[in-house]
Amino acid sequence: MNTVSRLDQRFAALKSENRPALVTYITAGDTSFESSLEILKGLPAAGADVIELGMPFTDPMADGPAIQKAALRALEAGQTQAKTLEMVRAFRQHDQDTPLVLMGYYNPIHRYGVERFLSDAASAGIDGLIVVDLPPEHDEELCLPAARHGINFIRLATPTTDAKRLPKVIENASGFIYYVSVAGVTGGQAPTPQRVEQAVGQLREHTQLPIAVGFGIRSAEQAATIGRFSDAIVVGTALVECIERAATPRDAIEAVHDLTRELAAGVRRAR
Amino acid sequence: MSMPTQADKASKFSDLAQQPDSRGHFGPYGGRFVSETLSFALEELEKVYASLRDDPEFQADFDYDLKHYVGRPSPLYHADRWSRELGGAQIWLKREDLNHTGAHKVNNTIGQALLAKKAGKPRVIAETGAGQHGVATATVAARLGLKCDIYMGAEDVERQKLNVYRMRLLGANVIAVESGSRTLKDAMNEAMRDWVTNVDDTFYIIGTVAGPHPYPEMVRDFNAVVGREARRQSLEQIGRLPDALIACVGGGSNAMGLFYPFLQDEEVAMYGVEAGGKGLETGQHAAPLNAGQPGVLHGNRTYLMSDEGGQIIDTHSISAGLDYPGVGPEHAWLKDVGRVNYVTANDDKVLEAFRELTHVEGIMPALESAHALAYAKVLAPTMRTDEHLIVNLSGRGDKDILTVAKIDGIEF
Repeated sequence: MNTVSRLDQRFAALKSENRPALVTYITAGDTSFESSLEILKGLPAAGADVIELGMPFTDPMADGPAIQKAALRALEAGQTQAKTLEMVRAFRQHDQDTPLVLMGYYNPIHRYGVERFLSDAASAGIDGLIVVDLPPEHDEELCLPAARHGINFIRLATPTTDAKRLPKVIENASGFIYYVSVAGVTGGQAPTPQRVEQAVGQLREHTQLPIAVGFGIRSAEQAATIGRFSDAIVVGTALVECIERAATPRDAIEAVHDLTRELAAGVRRAR
Repeated sequence: MSMPTQADKASKFSDLAQQPDSRGHFGPYGGRFVSETLSFALEELEKVYASLRDDPEFQADFDYDLKHYVGRPSPLYHADRWSRELGGAQIWLKREDLNHTGAHKVNNTIGQALLAKKAGKPRVIAETGAGQHGVATATVAARLGLKCDIYMGAEDVERQKLNVYRMRLLGANVIAVESGSRTLKDAMNEAMRDWVTNVDDTFYIIGTVAGPHPYPEMVRDFNAVVGREARRQSLEQIGRLPDALIACVGGGSNAMGLFYPFLQDEEVAMYGVEAGGKGLETGQHAAPLNAGQPGVLHGNRTYLMSDEGGQIIDTHSISAGLDYPGVGPEHAWLKDVGRVNYVTANDDKVLEAFRELTHVEGIMPALESAHALAYAKVLAPTMRTDEHLIVNLSGRGDKDILTVAKIDGIEF
């Protein structure tokens, strides 16, 4: 098991460049396996530093309408956990450096089988997991087993995570901390930069891990503003909407990569 | 007459009433599988509930409302004529249909609304399937002056027009949920999303014994008045405990409310009746305990209807209130330990029971409750005439008149 993960390496490298990371989210298999794989493959060249790949689920309780619809489009097109891991393997044939994080909900992993899933994910080249409905109270389910497979477990902190709860949230976290900048679902209102800066400052008192900020960030301008004081910004809904709006798969691929390039420019002028 | 109490007994079921543990687990089920944003709110709720559940003043308020506002105790009615027709056990109906708002659901909404008030939340939200929980929530919100938003699947809004209008008359805002399969599970997803977004000023009144800890325990406790009354009434009216209990199970709140005070009474058999829909073999049903497997949804681990990929599959039932792919975690546990028998009743048998009770006893049951009645029709004839079974008549059928009329080819 490697001790320094791809996520650790990437964040260390960006720290020496003094710029925040751009983390991009797409749902695996939206709107087809082929077009989604092509979007995925092109993301690093377009400027994504870390990639979050959504594992579609029928009942994504923490997501807004855009990502819900993306999951249903992917499922409609026949996406499965096995196909998502196949996408990861295909991606890794061309890219050994870009950290890849799977994001989703517990039930599809539960059904796949935790040990089997972790071993398949590790061998496919997955670096981290974000599983929204597994808070620290349930670390024995997936977080601790993931660590044994060398997979980081990225923990969410939110505006409702108070100082008393924070140590528990951070205890078994690795990779980075994902600060959910607004109470709400993905794709909602924009965060207030001052409040986010304050919250990130408080988080830093408790952890050395890089801090990514997401939920409600859509534009290069927001990326630049939030990226001034965070280690990464996460954009999902805005990219997924590019896919939703596109008339053809080709348009979707171009639109996602175009917006990624804009956002990449944003994080590069953050500091 | 000596009345056996639960405390007298050390039966093999003596631990059952001690669930859940401090983390909300019923055996391997239950728990708190929620996004981080809600963790704080659930910790708060757990604290508020723990401080009030044994508080004499809170209990007195709750009991007062149950008596004077809901009209409790609800009668235990001997369905003498129907029993004779079926030619077996004596059937007793626990008349939750006679409660204010027409179902057991109000027991829980009264309790949770009192908590909301104590917690200082000016707004309540709820999910609803058949509309009974929505109506019960809108009712208590009206009485306590709380702002109220009800999430209801768009398909259910169509199926349960009367209840939708009732909720609106009560001053609630009914939001038709268009996402996913447009039924109860999607209403619950949307309510969770609302709660995550408005957690500061909003209390989420979950309507069943599912969801994250402490909801399964809390909703059971508020509904356990049904079983406590039935136990007492049984001792008074029958002179002993019943031989069997039957209740329908969607999420399972009416069943848990009836069963819980009897869990340690080894001699009382229990039957939970899931929605068999068009038949288990067709796949068109809502019977996770009979045909599902364990998984995690809506904050708890329980039996779920999901496919091989762990995706939640569409359910089917003639009754909107049972049209749900999960079930309360305590039921999952009671199934595994063998305390409760979980069976199914198909749509056609349910309709038959609905019509039969209406004709024979002059009581029109909710289609949900008619699942329990349909199983009583199966079980009673296998029992002796000096045996007794209690069926939870969890709700009245007025809301289902349009559904039944449509099946009869009548449009209003």
